Amino acid sequence: MARFLLKRIGLGLVTLFLLSIIVFSVAMILPGNVGRSVLGGFATQESVDALNEELGANRPMVVQYLDWAGGAIQGDLGTSLTSQVPAWDLLGPALSNSFKLAFVAFILCVPLSILGGVISGLRYGRATDRSITIAGISFSAMPDFVTGIFLILVFGIWLGWLPVTAQWDDGASIPTQLQHLLLPALTLTIVLFGYIARITRAGMIEALDSDYARTAYLKGLPSDVVVRRHVLRNALLPTIAVVAVQIGYLFGGLVAVEFLFNYRGIGALILDAAKAKDLPLLTSGVLVIGTVYLVVTLIADILYAVLNPRIRLGAAE
Amino acid sequence: MTSLATPAPSPAPGPARSESRTARSERLRLLLRSPTVVIGAIVVAFWVFCAIFTDLVTPYNPIFDNEFPLSEPPTRDHPFGTDTNGRDVLSRVLAGSRDILVIAPAATLIGTVLGTTIGLLSGYFRGLFDDVLSRFVDAALALPLIVTAILIVTAVGQSGRREVILIIGLIFTPVISRTVRAAVLGETELDYVQAARLRGERAPYVMFAEILPNVFSLVVVEFTVRLGYAIFAIATLGFLGFGVGPPSPDWAAQINQYWTLIDPYWWMTFFPALAIASLVVCVNLVADGIREVYER
Repeated sequence: MARFLLKRIGLGLVTLFLLSIIVFSVAMILPGNVGRSVLGGFATQESVDALNEELGANRPMVVQYLDWAGGAIQGDLGTSLTSQVPAWDLLGPALSNSFKLAFVAFILCVPLSILGGVISGLRYGRATDRSITIAGISFSAMPDFVTGIFLILVFGIWLGWLPVTAQWDDGASIPTQLQHLLLPALTLTIVLFGYIARITRAGMIEALDSDYARTAYLKGLPSDVVVRRHVLRNALLPTIAVVAVQIGYLFGGLVAVEFLFNYRGIGALILDAAKAKDLPLLTSGVLVIGTVYLVVTLIADILYAVLNPRIRLGAAE
Repeated sequence: MTSLATPAPSPAPGPARSESRTARSERLRLLLRSPTVVIGAIVVAFWVFCAIFTDLVTPYNPIFDNEFPLSEPPTRDHPFGTDTNGRDVLSRVLAGSRDILVIAPAATLIGTVLGTTIGLLSGYFRGLFDDVLSRFVDAALALPLIVTAILIVTAVGQSGRREVILIIGLIFTPVISRTVRAAVLGETELDYVQAARLRGERAPYVMFAEILPNVFSLVVVEFTVRLGYAIFAIATLGFLGFGVGPPSPDWAAQINQYWTLIDPYWWMTFFPALAIASLVVCVNLVADGIREVYER
């Protein structure tokens, strides 16, 4: 187990390093001239040169990368061009807002989707299964902002039950905050339902078809005991892996949902940075999103290993 | 290797071709038997028709201002209402499939061609090239698609039709290359590849003439599945303001323009959103059917 842990963490660090190289190259090398791409074609050459000087964009690439990555390791993510404050002062609060939304969405989505997948697997091939499966495919295929628009129209405008923006006034109570978060969280639930339910269903079908399930049935156990004690335990293992990947999406892929609901999360922040051509803030934000994703998948891998005796006991190495 | 004495059945021209033809017609029969695939295909065909024969299907001019009342809710003359410029929303929705139906397949095709090529190279040669590449692909996949797209769009500095096609194509390349690579790894173990190598065939021939036909069904499945994602991604970029802008009747561009007016002008956002939903869901229903048939 210790070896597995070390190996997995080491691999995560390597991936993070490569990710920083990719992000850096895209942001700094692709435009050719950073100052020109920020200021646009009509800016004078002097102002372009001045901005390049200020950003240090006229130094060799390797020096720039080392400077940037070295700062990032020490928690210095650079300075936002538009608001002239350290990028972290903007990223920190945005990240914690995103965590809030992701948490509410997670609480809503995971039990519902697993329930859907389990029912679907138990009713394999029948009308219930087909409806859940088709609904799942359709829901997860729809872009999240389209789902969000439909929910805003129905629950926010036509029925008038819920607020249409996710941004509450300062100092709002927890129930009010939750009320504001409900529509975006519901949007995410609908988007993720398909993925999680589908994997759960596949796991259920495989486990129900296994020898141990058949043995359990044949020795006369009631079917709810078979499902609870034998089938669910094995069927839910792959689900954990999928849920983890989707949490990664919940922390960074929410650009459109946060924009639609006017929510000040990290997705909306990098969108603003992109529109304002604030490259330092944008690259730091993207790097933070990637880091959160890698940490979440790392935790999920470890959880998966702890729950799976084949990996826990080192047989799968 | 005992298979040297009895050469493995490499794809001989005559019988193999008719065999693959029966397999193909069998697959088509299975596809047409599924009601969801048929419904999906009809809807997709409808939007393709609208994209090609826009002038035939639109009752009014979708782009230039007409003399209609501004911002009128749905009526008998304008079943989807009119927008703030006095244009007929129904006409704009019918004309709006054109941009996405050009951009999405083009982007997916670029991603599929590049991804398949890289996947073949990396799965066939393995070694250092493959290791380094796989690590980079892992790292690139740690970012959500939309985030990567926004980063590249901003770095490039402009976002027209051509940029979106190239960017989405490039973003799909690593994902597709990984799928193809996994399949190629399995194929290189098989006798027909060994036989071709021992015959002295050059690597490009083995890769593209021997292995590629055998993993081609996987490439087809990957293309259809990615097409759904491409529509998803391109629509999202359009909604966020990167992509084809006004006055194009592109659905996402319409939503980007009008969604802040959703209360009370809901029809200007609702109908384009419904159109995106119908296209993307139906493409996925077809893709799902194709995948099921091929993975049988």
